[in-house]
Amino acid sequence: MSGEPDTVISIQGLRNQFGRQVVHRDLDLEVHRGEILGVVGGSGSGKSVLMRTILGLRRPQAGRIEVLGTDVLDGSDTARRLLEQQTGVLFQDGALFSSLTVAENVEVPLKEHHPGLPADLRRDLARLKIRLAGLPDEAAGKMPSELSGGMRKRAALARALALDPQLLFLDEPTAGLDPIGAAAFDELLRTLQRSLGLTVFLITHDLDTLYAICDRIAVLADKRVLVVAPVAEVERHDDAWIRDYFHGPRGRAARSAVDREPTPHTSG
Amino acid sequence: MGEKPRIEDDSSDTDRLRLAGDLTLEWAVELRDLLRRGHAGGVDARGVGRMDSAGALLLHRHASDNGMGEDALLLREEHRALLRAVAGAADASSSREPGEGWWRPFLGQIGATVHGLGTQARALVGFLGLTLSTLAGVVVRPRRLRVTSTVFHMQQTGLDAVPLILLLNFLVGAVIAFLGATVLREFGAEFFVVELVGFSFMREFGVLLTAILLAGRTASAFTAQIGAMKAREEIDAIRVLGLNPIELLVVPRLLALLVMLPLLTFLAILAGLAGGMLVGLLSLEISPEMFVARLEETVELRHFLVGMVKAPVFAMVIAVVGCMEGFKVGGTAQSVGERTTSSVVQSISLVILLDAMFAVFFMEMGW
Repeated sequence: MSGEPDTVISIQGLRNQFGRQVVHRDLDLEVHRGEILGVVGGSGSGKSVLMRTILGLRRPQAGRIEVLGTDVLDGSDTARRLLEQQTGVLFQDGALFSSLTVAENVEVPLKEHHPGLPADLRRDLARLKIRLAGLPDEAAGKMPSELSGGMRKRAALARALALDPQLLFLDEPTAGLDPIGAAAFDELLRTLQRSLGLTVFLITHDLDTLYAICDRIAVLADKRVLVVAPVAEVERHDDAWIRDYFHGPRGRAARSAVDREPTPHTSG
Repeated sequence: MGEKPRIEDDSSDTDRLRLAGDLTLEWAVELRDLLRRGHAGGVDARGVGRMDSAGALLLHRHASDNGMGEDALLLREEHRALLRAVAGAADASSSREPGEGWWRPFLGQIGATVHGLGTQARALVGFLGLTLSTLAGVVVRPRRLRVTSTVFHMQQTGLDAVPLILLLNFLVGAVIAFLGATVLREFGAEFFVVELVGFSFMREFGVLLTAILLAGRTASAFTAQIGAMKAREEIDAIRVLGLNPIELLVVPRLLALLVMLPLLTFLAILAGLAGGMLVGLLSLEISPEMFVARLEETVELRHFLVGMVKAPVFAMVIAVVGCMEGFKVGGTAQSVGERTTSSVVQSISLVILLDAMFAVFFMEMGW
C-alpha cells in the first residue's frame, strides 16, 4: 500500500438514469487525497445519487469508478470488502440503528470486520470515537431516540469513524442543525480531517460550511460536474446557477462572515 | 494487507522499544501484546508504517500506564497530530465504570419494571379522571359533543366488528357444548349442556370474548390513530387552536365504545347460544324448542344482567387505555408500534383482571 495514488476517487464518463430521466451524463470527477471536497448543486441535481453510486449502492448505466485504486463496479468481492473498511458514511439523518445504544452502534462495524478484537479493547475504541466526535461519555449508553439532532449526527460520525477510514462521505451533515451547532460540527470535521488524515466527500447546501472548511468545491449542474475548484475560483464562474448561488443574499452573507474573520483553516 | 508490527532489536538504544510495521486496527491485538511484553522505557515509533487511532490509543495507554511523559514517545511528525487528538479525547475522562456484577442489571431491570408499573397505574388513573371530567362537561353542555365523529367510531368499532364477533362466539359456543356433552354423557346428564352454555355465555364468555376481541381490534386502532396524529404534531396543533384534544378525540371514541360494547355483547351471547343449540341438535338430540324451554326454566335473568353490567366497564378500560397510549407516542414511527403493542397488552390484561375481580365479587354477593 506504499505507492498509494494521489487521486482517491476517480470517476469517468458516469451515466445514471431513472427510466427516461437522465441524472448524470458523462460525469467526470476526481477527489484528491487529504482534501475536503464540497459537492453542491440544486435540488434534484443528483448529489445523493452520485454518492450512492460511488459507494456501490447503485449501479450506474455507464462509466468507471475507482476508489482507492479499486474498481467499484467490477472489482472482486474481497476488494470491495476491503474498500468498505476504508470508507465511512454519514447519512443525512444519521441512520443509527434505533435498537442499539450509541456505543453499540459504534461497535457494530468493529465487531463485523474485526471479530478477533478483545471486548475491552473494542469498548475502549468505541468510547474513543465517541469522544473524538465530541460527545460526552454519558451519551454512549443512550439510545439514538434520546439524543438531539446534533448529537445524533455526532454519534453517526463516531460510527462512520469506527474503522479509521481513509475516506469519509457526508450527506448534508449540517442540515437541520442550528447555526451554532453547524459551526461546531464544521470545526469538528476540520479537526478530525487534519488529525486523522481523512479525505472527505461532503454534500452540502450550507454556504457557511463551504466557505469555512472545504478545500475544493464541485458544482453539479446540467447532469455533470460543471466546475471543480477552490471556492474563490468557483464564485467567479459565470454560470447563471453558480452566480445565483454564491452571489444571492445568503452567499453574500456567508462570504462577508469569512472576510471579517480570516479563514481559520489556513493557519496550522 | 498491512505489515505485522514487531520489535526491532537494536543495541544502540536499549532504553526504548523500537517498533516497526503498521500500527493499525487490524493488528491491534498483536500491538497490545508487544507493548505488554516491552519494558517500561520509551517507545520509538519513527520506523512504523501506517498508524490509525487504534494504534495511537494503545501507544497512549502504554505511555500513561507506565507514567511516561510525551517525550518518551518518539513519533514521526504526521503521527504526532493523531496521537495528540487521541490523547486529548482519551484523557477527557479516564473514569472506568465500576465493576458490574450480573445482578446489578438484573436488579435494575426489576426496579425499572416496578417503578414503570407504578407510574403507568398513576397515569392511567389520571387520564381516566381527565376523561371523565371532560365527559361530564360534554354531558352538561351536549352541544359540545362531536356527533359525526361519535357515529363514525360507532360504525368502525361496533358495526364493522359484528361478523367477527358473531362467528367467533358461535364457534366457542359450539366447542363448549361439545366439551360439556362429552363429559356429561358419562353421567347421563347431557341435558345439562343447556345450562352450561347458558350460564357461561351470559355470565362470562359473551362479554369477555367481546371485550378481548375489541381490545385487540379497537384499542390498537385508537392508539395508532391518535399516535399518528401525535407524531405529526396534530395534537399540538389542536391545542394551539384552542381546542381540547380530549373532547375532540377521546370523548367520541369512549362514547362510541360505551354504546357499542354492550350491544355487541348481546349479539355475542345470542351467537354463543346458537352454537350450543346447533351442537345440541346434531349430537345430543336436543331440539331447539327443548333447548329454549330448558333455558327459560333454569337460567334466570340475573345471570344475563351480571354479564351485561360488566360491558360498560370493559368499554371504559379499552377506550381509555387505547387513547392514553396514543397520547404517549413520541416523535418516531417506531414509538407508534411500541405504544400499539403496549395498548393491546394492557387492555387485554386489564379486562381479564377486572373480570376475575367481578367473578369473585358476584360470587360473594350470591348473584
